[in-house]
Amino acid sequence: MGNKIVYVKELAPLTKLFEIEVAHIAERGKAGQFIILRVNDEGERIPLTIANRNPAKGTITLVFQEVGKTTEMLGLLDVGDEIHDLAGPLGKATEIPSGKTVVCVGGGIGNAVVWPQVQALKAAGNKVIAILGARTKELLILEEEITALADVTIITTDDGSYGRKGMVTHALVDLIEEGEKIDEVITIGPVVMMKFVCKATEPYGIPTQASLNPLMVDGTGMCGACRVTVDGKTRFACVEGPEFNGHLVDFDELITRLAYYQPEEKSSLEAYHRCHMDETTDNPEHGE
Amino acid sequence: MNDTPKKPKKVLNKSKVKIPMREQDPKNRIMNFDEVPLGYNADEAHQEALRCIDCKNKPCVAGCPVGIDIPAFLTLVGQKDFEGALKKIKEKNFLPAICGRVCPQEDQCEMVCTLNKPNKGREPGGIGRVERFLGDYAVEHNLDIMPDIAPPTGKTVAVIGSGPAGLTAASDMIQKGHDVTVFEALHKPGGVLFYGIPQFRLPKEILLREISGLEKMGVKFVMNYPVGKAESLDSIRERFDVVFIATGAGLPWFLGIPGENLNGVYSANEFLTRVNLMGGYKFPDGSDTPVKKIKRIAVIGAGNTAMDSARTAKRLRPEVVYLVYRRSRLEMPARVEEIHHAEQEGIDFNLLHSPIEIIDDGKGAVGAILCQEMELGEPDDSGRRRPVPIEGKVREFAVDTVVIAIGQGPNPLLSADCPELERDDRKGTIVINDLMQTSFENVFAGGDIVTGGATVILAMGQGRVAADAMHRYLMTGDPSDPEGEHI
Ligand SMILES: Cc1cc2nc3c(=O)[nH]c(=O)nc-3n(C[C@H](O)[C@H](O)[C@H](O)COP(=O)(O)OP(=O)(O)OC[C@H]3O[C@@H](n4cnc5c(N)ncnc54)[C@H](O)[C@@H]3O)c2cc1C
Ligand SMILES: Cc1cc2nc3c(=O)[nH]c(=O)nc-3n(C[C@H](O)[C@H](O)[C@H](O)COP(=O)(O)OP(=O)(O)OC[C@H]3O[C@@H](n4cnc5c(N)ncnc54)[C@H](O)[C@@H]3O)c2cc1C
Ligand code: SF4
Ligand code: SF4
Ligand code: FES
Repeated sequence: MGNKIVYVKELAPLTKLFEIEVAHIAERGKAGQFIILRVNDEGERIPLTIANRNPAKGTITLVFQEVGKTTEMLGLLDVGDEIHDLAGPLGKATEIPSGKTVVCVGGGIGNAVVWPQVQALKAAGNKVIAILGARTKELLILEEEITALADVTIITTDDGSYGRKGMVTHALVDLIEEGEKIDEVITIGPVVMMKFVCKATEPYGIPTQASLNPLMVDGTGMCGACRVTVDGKTRFACVEGPEFNGHLVDFDELITRLAYYQPEEKSSLEAYHRCHMDETTDNPEHGE
Repeated sequence: MNDTPKKPKKVLNKSKVKIPMREQDPKNRIMNFDEVPLGYNADEAHQEALRCIDCKNKPCVAGCPVGIDIPAFLTLVGQKDFEGALKKIKEKNFLPAICGRVCPQEDQCEMVCTLNKPNKGREPGGIGRVERFLGDYAVEHNLDIMPDIAPPTGKTVAVIGSGPAGLTAASDMIQKGHDVTVFEALHKPGGVLFYGIPQFRLPKEILLREISGLEKMGVKFVMNYPVGKAESLDSIRERFDVVFIATGAGLPWFLGIPGENLNGVYSANEFLTRVNLMGGYKFPDGSDTPVKKIKRIAVIGAGNTAMDSARTAKRLRPEVVYLVYRRSRLEMPARVEEIHHAEQEGIDFNLLHSPIEIIDDGKGAVGAILCQEMELGEPDDSGRRRPVPIEGKVREFAVDTVVIAIGQGPNPLLSADCPELERDDRKGTIVINDLMQTSFENVFAGGDIVTGGATVILAMGQGRVAADAMHRYLMTGDPSDPEGEHI
């Protein structure tokens, strides 16, 4: 198996950071790419972004939020455990310009994806402004890491518990209106947020890349589960993306497609919770 | 020409038809994912083998893409020497339990069999069925028939893709004494045999057993390793003396009609992968990959993939499974046996219907599929009568799920990462010469990635041809040098 977890840190409630030994991905992964993993032999394949990597140590970093059965089971693993299956790096790497001013707009768990982008953009000699959003202060992740790299970091929280009160889009529009010359915007976060970021930059004609997160199965271009509509054409996000020109993405379709299995995912999680309770009462019928 | 032998050898079983194979009853089998045909027992296999008249020209041998000595193994079965028969098959085909199940025998070995005289009501020798029996016999009796392995040559071989083409090349190359590593993008080996062909047609246990046989012979498997992503082809080329690309035809085609991205529209690959590879039919107990509760489903297409999708859907117990195909029965590309099974299981065939639009249920999911009714017009260049629309006749099928099973193109994952590798721009297939060599000297390719979607046994045949060429290349530097054979 390999894929040994060597470091675990809780970044926020239900949000964990894992450092994992997978030398070939540490070596070749690039900003914008992701991996697909399975927690056990009955497990679902889920995509997670490569949030950081250390080629010298042969490790990659994943940051994930526990939202369903698979991510919850992943959260139960600890240092020394191995991840059953882990494939990557998948998807296309972000196209990194040089000598430009780039604004990275992250929201929620999306900040984990912004982190490698900021690293790569800085390494290529760009001016980077990071706008990091969260619902509330305790859910904000990777602030320190990103602030240390970016030229300017702006924090927003929906409830005003930290940084600016309000949405990332407000901070972005203010920046534009203040006359900051922005060459490009990269946005990663909840689909609705990305949709509004793209809407905000469109009138100003600022090229905007959105990192899409459709449901995926194989992640190798074999199934088409990840199809998204960009400029009226169907694209497979796992091989042709996950980043696309945000002004041409059909976000509403993506939102609808993401919701399709919600009832099933919910029942699976509930069954898992029930089963877990049985386990503690040592019911042999629910041994698995 | 009358190819019936003038003086036939002593015919031991004069039955005109094959010994029937027991099957699960259609009423029961649509409630489970267990295998449908139950296979011959020793007695039935013996009786069937005795039907072969060991005719003079043995056309069956040339009809088999890997050239199994069919009369020889049938004769041995006729003498109840099952182990000997199995050895005979394994000289040419190391996956009898699989080929016996999934080969389109009726178009290959059995089609050309001398006995095959449909107009006289005579059926060919049941070659596939006996072959399957032998494959299963080996499992039941724990006969690990290990081929001889040549002394190590010190040469290394990388095989990319673990479908039938890759597995065959790996088996041949390890037998020739080379050090073989197979790289597979997914978490399970077998290619379409694992993720595509359903459990009820090819039980996974059989496949995994055959693959563990390869491991015992010393083949190394690296899963979760999409070459071109995990490592570049260039790097693999440097690390290994020779490379075989067998990445298959995994790119699903869609129809290009409105509504195709609605929820509930799947490619056959996604549908079958969810159910087979990920075990979605066991969701939520036993698998975490969800499959929707389907009420009414339409499967588009009429090949093996469409039959597999329709029959898989049926086992998820919907109210109705429609099969929608734009041509007529004559053109259906699926195996006859599969069409027959699908009919027995109550799949509702709608031929000469061409999908034109998938209609939204108002919530972003499939509500119905609209089809143009067709009729057969004038024959086209291929001599087939072309379907043409019947003016004004459209039909709506109320469904909540649509599976598109109209074929697959070559998997682009590897070639996208290596533009220097020569490809057919139109088809996307990798270009090879008649020795299966690509535009890179030490890289060979075979199977669906060079032919486009074909068959298991053709992919295996190509794996074998490539292995021979790669061996000659490794030993002499020239894939066509016959000297290489003897080293
Ligand atoms: C390219 C890519 C990169 C990603 N990177 C990260 C990452 O770095 N960190 C991280 O925490 N998550 C990331 N995700 C999302 C992650 O894959 C999902 O959260 C995960 O699959 C949920 O699995 P589950 O079984 O735990 O939850 P499920 O039971 O499958 O789902 C629980 C809930 O989450 C929703 N959901 C499921 N999949 C997604 C998805 N792809 N996007 C948004 N919502 C979803 C479901 O609708 C449901 O409401 C990424 C997704 C993609 C496509
Ligand atoms: C549903 C279905 C039913 C079928 N039924 C029949 C039948 O009954 N009889 C019959 O004869 N034929 C049938 N076929 C066709 C037959 O399965 C194929 O022709 C055959 O499997 C092709 O073999 P292959 O080895 O070329 O490729 P595949 O079987 O497609 O295997 C290719 C493998 O390569 C892997 N791969 C791809 N890219 C990479 C990469 N970059 N790095 C590493 N690995 C990679 C894939 O994940 C896959 O495992 C069917 C096909 C389908 C889809
Ligand atoms: S491998 Fe296929 S074609 Fe060859 S003998 Fe067996 S069933 Fe016939
Ligand atoms: S199987 Fe048919 S073709 Fe082959 S040797 Fe026997 S009779 Fe002849
Ligand atoms: S996830 Fe299957 S094609 Fe993209």
